[in-house]
Amino acid sequence: MNAPLTSAPDDASNLAARRAQVVAALSRVLPRHAILSRAEDTTPYECDGLTAYRATPLAVVLPETEQQVAAVLKACHALAVPVVARGAGTGLSGGALPHTLGVTLSLAKFNRIVNIDPRACTAVVQCGVRNLAISEAAAPFGLYYAPDPSSQIACTIGGNVAENSGGVHCLKYGLTLSNVLQVRGYTVEGEAVTFGSEALDNAGLDLMTVLVGSEGMLAVTTEVTVKLIPKPPLARCIMASFGDVEAAGNAVAAVIAAGIIPAGLELMDKRMTAAVEDYVHADYDLDAAAILLCESDGTADEVDEEIGRMSDVLRSAGATRIEVSRDEAQRLKFWSGRKNAFPATGRISPDYMCMDSTIPRKRLADVLRAIEAMEAKYQLRCVNVFHAGDGNLHPLILFDANDADQLHRCELFGADILETSVRLGGTVTGEHGVGVEKLNSMCVQFSAEEREQMFAVKRAFDPQELLNPGKVIPSLQRCAEYGKLTVLRGLLPFPDLPRF
Amino acid sequence: MNTAASTTDPALRRLIDQVCTAREMRTSLDIRGGGTKAFYGGVPRGEPLELQSLSGISSHEPTELVVTVRAGTPLVELEAALGEHGQCLAFEPPRFGGDGQAGRGTVGGMVAAGLAGPSRASAGAVRDHVLGATVLNGRGELLTFGGQVMKNVAGYDVSRLMAGSMGVLGVLCEVSLKVLPLPVAQMTFEHEVDAAQALAWLSAHRALPLPVTASSWFDGRLRVRLAGARAAVKSAGQQLAGRAIDANEAAAWWRNVRDHREAFFVFEESALASGESLWRLSLPATAAAVHPSGQQFIEWGGALRWLRTSADAAAVRAAAAKAGGHATLFRGADRSAGAMAPLPAPLMRIHRELKAAFDPAGVFNPGRLYADL
Repeated sequence: MNAPLTSAPDDASNLAARRAQVVAALSRVLPRHAILSRAEDTTPYECDGLTAYRATPLAVVLPETEQQVAAVLKACHALAVPVVARGAGTGLSGGALPHTLGVTLSLAKFNRIVNIDPRACTAVVQCGVRNLAISEAAAPFGLYYAPDPSSQIACTIGGNVAENSGGVHCLKYGLTLSNVLQVRGYTVEGEAVTFGSEALDNAGLDLMTVLVGSEGMLAVTTEVTVKLIPKPPLARCIMASFGDVEAAGNAVAAVIAAGIIPAGLELMDKRMTAAVEDYVHADYDLDAAAILLCESDGTADEVDEEIGRMSDVLRSAGATRIEVSRDEAQRLKFWSGRKNAFPATGRISPDYMCMDSTIPRKRLADVLRAIEAMEAKYQLRCVNVFHAGDGNLHPLILFDANDADQLHRCELFGADILETSVRLGGTVTGEHGVGVEKLNSMCVQFSAEEREQMFAVKRAFDPQELLNPGKVIPSLQRCAEYGKLTVLRGLLPFPDLPRF
Repeated sequence: MNTAASTTDPALRRLIDQVCTAREMRTSLDIRGGGTKAFYGGVPRGEPLELQSLSGISSHEPTELVVTVRAGTPLVELEAALGEHGQCLAFEPPRFGGDGQAGRGTVGGMVAAGLAGPSRASAGAVRDHVLGATVLNGRGELLTFGGQVMKNVAGYDVSRLMAGSMGVLGVLCEVSLKVLPLPVAQMTFEHEVDAAQALAWLSAHRALPLPVTASSWFDGRLRVRLAGARAAVKSAGQQLAGRAIDANEAAAWWRNVRDHREAFFVFEESALASGESLWRLSLPATAAAVHPSGQQFIEWGGALRWLRTSADAAAVRAAAAKAGGHATLFRGADRSAGAMAPLPAPLMRIHRELKAAFDPAGVFNPGRLYADL
């Protein structure tokens, strides 16, 4: 099931023949310029944001109408060709990695905002509309779209639906699932289908729950109706310094225990702070072992009251320095470092691998200590940014991809973090998705029966397993091999778990 | 929880055995918590699978905002435990059943029915608060999806699919729910307006940053609840004209709306016998007032319209569809034509396939959601 991703077919001539056959079928339903099949044209599509994995598809298609999307799906279905839908290609787990025997379906042309309804507080947008563009279009009405992944300037709403994307504000405002009302799209057979509704629920099963976050494996999304919410009149942010990471972790729990749900609650460790300060010059406290960004939004009175309460809690939790943003410019400056954590990391290391596990908040200090030990074990450095409020870790492992051994150690380091997170009661991915990157770790989090149930869910939508096959759910065989591999290395994380 | 083969929990063991027997004997099971929602959906049939012995809070970590609870736990018991820590289920699930029965509804039944209360439009649905679940499928396998953390996109979110599934996919055994702090301050005010004016008022205020957490319109009175931080409630209260309602009266009102103890929702046998039904219309909030015949009760900022009417099902469903939503026969004497709104063919096909994927022998709750599921 996960095997054919990068494996070559029997020989090159077979591949060429298959490509010719598929391109001929696509040519009957699409204009010539909407089909890319020469290597120089398909190269830009060979990976997504996870650049360590690359593959060349048989063809890339760029339909311009929904009728064309349906026709492409029908043509591919008739030939049993895998289809990998793609938005902006910013995903960090390889969810849009092409299938060597498949067609990459780019939805880049679907970039129109269909309607903003300020009375209903909804926006109807095509799937290729960028996340930030929705909020920009809603701004004149005092509204915005809440989920704000760091890549929001580039990532598309279709991709957000596929990944159930979060962002720094999802502690208070929820993930994509809670902010999307309706998804229109097509089944693998090319049949039009609508999930959810313009109301707050729909008849029958709530299929949005599995569609959102399904990484393009259940249906192809073409249009999304999102919920817009009133922009709070004011937002202010506290930047709090802590002398040790454990105290910062405990402060996060203390804020929640005080009955406060901050609009954002983020943690950066010392090395991360140093890297971003160099990049954005936001006057971060470079002496702090960790800093917390803790935001309040609402009316002026509400924010004043909450900032006061949060400051008290942070102070009693041992904050060594507390600074509250004076104005919007300073608030954005506080956030600029957090939002630029990835590019700033790119400046201090040739490559980095961003992990994305979630743990119970109370285990924050435990996991940080474990990561520190792993740095020594794998001889690689790691910098940390966390969506601390919801326990979502983003350790960035620094390495040089030109050094095969470093890449290998980086992969082991990453898997170790994910499996440690599962052991601490968490999950292998909080918001970036499984894609191809975390397939092995899924073997650790789920039993064979659980994985088989997920395959059965996929087949309920896609009986021949043609939509983005090989992603998200590892096959029994793959898990068996992974189990053997890790046993051989003496690293099997849960020897007592029934596995096969 | 452990996997099915290795579980030693007697309550769980009994459930697994009963499911395996039913599958082998080709009989069906009627999954029962407190039995307070037997009126809802298709008429229950099959041998009862009692969940009440699978009870108790497995863990509650107030600072994690998470509670993990076994499915047979009474909802009121869970809410009382959360209340001790100043926390709540923000979506205000209804607690059905008249006097003496109201304490019986279970957490599993709450999730399976997927019904949220007055705060739905602001707080989200049941599914938005489900973080994980352990489910017994029709093959007798005990499966855990999701987890105890806020953010989790590992694999398909099967735990949330259980919310509103009416038990047709599997038996919920344990569920982890997101909990939230109780609001510090609340205030309810009232306007005397007709239904159209109420809908216009709600639409005019929807895009404003106000801490509105519930609204209702019935019999010429629009009531709006504000809740949240003290300062936020106070400033919004000053901004919005309207008569403030006494705090105790307001609390009783929202509780009775939530639990369907308000007179509008109460159905005596005589009302049912006379052919009167209660319909639940889920519509876009901005939809114009629908269906003039019968009495109407509006919630969720206009997105939920209850109709108490003798009109025939086809007329009610057509009106809901025309308004962009769907209608559910919530309480009625005759459920033979199906309580849930029919689905378009591609969705119905996916429903059948999903049913087969979880419960290939068709053991669980036949007909509760759709006749052929």
